[in-house]
Amino acid sequence: MSRPDRGPSILRFAAPQNFYPLAGRLAPWFAGIAAVLTVVGLWLGFFVAPTDATQGEVYRVIFIHVPAAWMSMFVYLVMAFWSAVGLVMNTRLSFLMSQALAPTGAMFCVVALWTGALWGRPTWGAYWVWDARLTSQALLLFLYLGFIALTRTIEDPRRADRAGALIALVGAVNVPVIYFSVQWWNTLHQGASVSLTRAPSMAATMLAGMLVMAFAAWAYTLAVALWRVRPMILERERHAEWVGAVLTREAQRQGGRT
Amino acid sequence: MLNTFVAVLRRDLLLAWRGRADVLVTLAFFVIVVCLFPFGVGAEPNLLRAIAPGVLWVAALLACLLSLHRLFAQDHVDGTLEQLLLSSEPAVLWVMAKVLAFWLSTGLPVVAVAPVLGLLLDLEQGAYPVLVISLALGTPILALLGAVGAALTLGLRGGGMLLALLVLPLFVPVLIFGAGAVEAELSGTGATAHLLLLGGGLAGALALAPWACAAALRVSTE
Repeated sequence: MSRPDRGPSILRFAAPQNFYPLAGRLAPWFAGIAAVLTVVGLWLGFFVAPTDATQGEVYRVIFIHVPAAWMSMFVYLVMAFWSAVGLVMNTRLSFLMSQALAPTGAMFCVVALWTGALWGRPTWGAYWVWDARLTSQALLLFLYLGFIALTRTIEDPRRADRAGALIALVGAVNVPVIYFSVQWWNTLHQGASVSLTRAPSMAATMLAGMLVMAFAAWAYTLAVALWRVRPMILERERHAEWVGAVLTREAQRQGGRT
Repeated sequence: MLNTFVAVLRRDLLLAWRGRADVLVTLAFFVIVVCLFPFGVGAEPNLLRAIAPGVLWVAALLACLLSLHRLFAQDHVDGTLEQLLLSSEPAVLWVMAKVLAFWLSTGLPVVAVAPVLGLLLDLEQGAYPVLVISLALGTPILALLGAVGAALTLGLRGGGMLLALLVLPLFVPVLIFGAGAVEAELSGTGATAHLLLLGGGLAGALALAPWACAAALRVSTE
């Protein structure tokens, strides 16, 4: 399907050949942004934000916990989005992006569960309670693991791409369930403290710290996913001529043997 | 169109009938899993009565999970599946027929046996109708969701464990509302809400899962 060239378009980065150098240029920037925002966010969270009136110092774990939980759910939606794009538009890069994102999403799931357990012990008196939101978060982790296991088990890349995309879309039905589970089963976990429709029930510095950390998580995810997708592109496109050219160039830049 | 549906349904039911042993193995598995619980948690009647709804539901779910691989495996091996996919009939139609035949041959016997196992666990009398209705509404959802997983893992090494990892998280809402229905009936709040949610889930799964399953079969066989 070749169309007349209408000049530079964002869509030309859908071609792995164009996306590979772009990812290489963008990733260090996002990594830098993530590092700076993490330092600022942790400084705000641990030194500037006031001590919580009821929970004491323990609450400070939210500066890692909440951004990780947000990110774990958001990454799944992005994965489902790329999967849908891949299935509809038949673009190889979309599947690669969703597979590059999955390990980071799973990592954020583990971080959210881990920090939640550390917070739950002093606050609720237990590392783990069978509350709806905790359970859904654990299920989200299983969805990630299922996706990763399925795409890694299938050897034929074309089938792996499509099968993973389908299971990601099927699992995406579960992500809204996670979010609304607090309202469905009215249980132990506190309701969301941050909402767009009413004033936040927390100090401005706490909110600022959390948002900065959320953006840090965002930038980190972008950087890591871009870095992860680059070797995947090379491996998948290894029969293409440009891959040979890229590898030769990079070997020369490092001054090594070709 | 209806002819295709009926033909595939009749064929799969006939195959299930000829291979009755498979169905009986599933049922035996269901019974044995339920019987393991008293050994594990102790034979205290009050305790068994309290955990009965959950145990029956989990056992039914596992029985369904372990029989899922049969859904497409045989047809995949002997090439029937490819012929069906090549045919001009809409894939959604015969996928639905296959899932219905699968449910009739494995889900329905489990639903029928569950009340007897309820007796073993001393489930209270009033809960039996709700147990049967919740299983009758819930096991078709399990079959429909499981069919998608079975189609995706078709012919893979280690497919069984992978299938479990893929579909068990999706089964959880069904388990919550299914076992919840029986417990709500026992606690006196009434099971209507849970059963309505299960019915809604069944309608949703009926509308969406056959399409996902047909797409998955295409992915797995091309």
